[in-house]
Amino acid sequence: MKFWYKKRNKNYPDFWKEYLSLFEKKGSKLTFENIRFVAFDTETTGFDYVDDRVLSIGAVAIKNNSINVSDQLEIYLEQEIFNEDTVEIHGIRKNNELDKVTEKTALELFLKYIGNAILIAHHAEFDRRMINKALQRHGLGVLKNRFLDTSVLFKKTKHLVYRNDGLNTHYSLDDLCNDLKISKSDRHTASGDAFITAMAFLKIVSRLKKKGFDIKKIFL
Amino acid sequence: MKNTIAERIQDFLKQFPPFNNLKKEELLSISAQIRILYVEKGEYIFKQDSQCHDEFYIVREGAVGLYRNFDSNQNLVDICDSGDLFGLRIMIIKKNYRMSAIADEESIVYAIPTEIFEPFIEENKEVNKFLLNTFATHARNDYTETEKGHRIDNTISIEVAKDLSGLRTISYRKKPITCSPDDTIRDIAKKMTNKRVSCMIIVDHNDYPLGIITDEDLRVKVATGIFSVTTLVAQIMTTPVFTYSKKVTVAEAQIALIKNNLSHLCITKDGTRNSELIGILSDHDLLVSFGNNPSVLIKETKRVKKLQKLRYIRKQVEKLLKSYLEQDIPTPHIINIISEINDALITRVIKLALKEMSSPPPVAFCFLVLGSQGRREQLLMTDQDNALVFEDVPEEDYESTQRYFLELSDIITKGLHTIGYEYCPAEMMATNPRWCMTASKWESQFREWIITPDEEGTLLSSIFFDFQYVYGEVTLADKLSDTVFDGVNKSNRFLGLLGISALKKPSPLGFFKQFLVEQNGEHKDTFDIKTRAMMVLIDAARILSLYNNLKGVNNTLHRYTKLAEVEPENAALFESCAKAFRVLIKFRTRQGLLHNDSGRFIKLNTLSKNDKLKLKRCFRPIRDIQEVLKVRFQLKSLM
Repeated sequence: MKFWYKKRNKNYPDFWKEYLSLFEKKGSKLTFENIRFVAFDTETTGFDYVDDRVLSIGAVAIKNNSINVSDQLEIYLEQEIFNEDTVEIHGIRKNNELDKVTEKTALELFLKYIGNAILIAHHAEFDRRMINKALQRHGLGVLKNRFLDTSVLFKKTKHLVYRNDGLNTHYSLDDLCNDLKISKSDRHTASGDAFITAMAFLKIVSRLKKKGFDIKKIFL
Repeated sequence: MKNTIAERIQDFLKQFPPFNNLKKEELLSISAQIRILYVEKGEYIFKQDSQCHDEFYIVREGAVGLYRNFDSNQNLVDICDSGDLFGLRIMIIKKNYRMSAIADEESIVYAIPTEIFEPFIEENKEVNKFLLNTFATHARNDYTETEKGHRIDNTISIEVAKDLSGLRTISYRKKPITCSPDDTIRDIAKKMTNKRVSCMIIVDHNDYPLGIITDEDLRVKVATGIFSVTTLVAQIMTTPVFTYSKKVTVAEAQIALIKNNLSHLCITKDGTRNSELIGILSDHDLLVSFGNNPSVLIKETKRVKKLQKLRYIRKQVEKLLKSYLEQDIPTPHIINIISEINDALITRVIKLALKEMSSPPPVAFCFLVLGSQGRREQLLMTDQDNALVFEDVPEEDYESTQRYFLELSDIITKGLHTIGYEYCPAEMMATNPRWCMTASKWESQFREWIITPDEEGTLLSSIFFDFQYVYGEVTLADKLSDTVFDGVNKSNRFLGLLGISALKKPSPLGFFKQFLVEQNGEHKDTFDIKTRAMMVLIDAARILSLYNNLKGVNNTLHRYTKLAEVEPENAALFESCAKAFRVLIKFRTRQGLLHNDSGRFIKLNTLSKNDKLKLKRCFRPIRDIQEVLKVRFQLKSLM
């Protein structure tokens, strides 16, 4: 009880309060067609939740089986910590010519953008934790959105014969691209990967529907 | 702000008119407003007579068919491939849609809001011109026309949609072989032999056509001794030639050929004799465009160099199939013809794939088709199931050899996909390393399935044992089938397990003799004719053939015929099984053609009472053959 009390009294910035308020009211009846999904990806300086930082966030919205390019977000963050090793993979240098925002502004933009959408990411746990850590650094709570992981969804589409090829099979985003025939351009940029994830999501949903999965049970 | 996704869309759009006439920033602002649709095969993008959307469409990936309803028939008017626009005309006229757009395969389509594009129509001259041109002549944009080589004229088809085929322009041979009037007959005869053509156009120095020489001329005028081989061609050529522009339609060409008793027409730039020769059209091309002659289709398949063209042939095969069914041609005959064409198509795809490889195959190999294709029962295009066997290689070379063949298989399966075979959802394809191995690895895999059968093994063996050789070294395939029969002779347990799986198939009728339909999934409330009826007959035929050592017969109908010979005491049952199977396969094909799918799931309410009775009659032999299996392999105790 004490914990709850304390949390309430905290002096949160307006954008966080607004974000929280979206999850309070029960909305109208949700169906696959009217839910807003947001596929997103983060590029980071490394894989350590504490020491590494988000370099960029890319996100794109899906509604009613289509991707709205006008409803997208692409932000690059100013960097304090910098890890030489990962630059080669995604090519974002410290202080290059892209418009950059502070971590706090980035979070504000991101939260405003996602709202209460269902978030989709590949190996979602990583992106979720990176964002949550960043939120916590600014004294905010964690993401409230529902998460879907395309690597998990993809596994459900595989034929039984192959699903058991070692229980620990991990499907990388590259595997998905190959299997679902998605073009790999802009791989390893946040927006590019977010877009690929969105594409993969649509294709996976259609395969799951064909297999007789009740889509509602997965999402709602 | 940077927008990577919009940039990528811009990269795609700028390849195609009218977008290639826009400035980069303009196109980028359009790209940022696009909606990306993902549509499944059979899904509508818009319906005829519905209110027009405030967006128009361009195909990014896949293919979208435009259909027009006419007297409750749905006629295919056009197919849009990557880069083709549709739903655009209507945006200018702002009326209801005059056609339906249905995805012909899994496709990605960009929807462009009309509002954003409208200013460009008014301001940009080039864009305006392109659109006017499109509407006036319905000329498909130049970038895709060469790919397809055929198109259907939209304006006319609306009035006379009943006979669309006559209005289509024909594909003709481009870059025909030519010679000058000063060549001798011997020269051109040599040239014709080298290039394997049956006719040659004589052109002047401007490339204007002067005359034509055909095989017949050589036979009639030269071989008879009337002219010597050193005569100049100008003396024996038929002149003048009949010329048309490349817009000639099937109907026009046909009339011209018949009326003038010709075998060839010249296609020139402006359609007159006084312009450059660009192609030649033969009566053969005309026959191909009708698509009602299997031998022409096979011949054409062997000549084709582009996958898109094979896709077109495949569409023709479907037409052929439809007309056969309408004419009530016996099912076994239809099966034979369609399988032949299918084999020719696959062989062609493999040959084209081999050409794409940087080096010839390191060792001999053989390409197999499996499942229904292997049994040669595939009337409609269903999934592709295939496998690849290559000759044994030393252990150290294994990996590199397999890599080569996997790469090859990748090109082959992609090619097959392009011409219309869906990928196998269970990945029973040669691109899977498990199904692309050396002969000895295959043999041990087969032996393992037979000697230590488990559930997965029986499932897989029922698919893989029905393999059929299509291309490559035939001895590799023969050896494999020897392995199967040798193995089976030693293991009755294996046949027993196969028998059980045949008995476990869900039954077609319920307790009250009603059809049992699917309870959930995409095909809810439909009758699954494949698993509930056909599979048992197929399985039983396979098991009994293995039991009786009947090598080299894969087709279920053939199997029952053979079985009736070796087991005369059961002949009556086998014949009724074959008959039931014939009816079922016909049912499935009809349904498939009706709904443009595999025909596997039947909506019962579309069947007449008579059809339902006919179907039910087929179920009797299914029960009977299951009894035979039960008794023969003593399965009662195991069930």
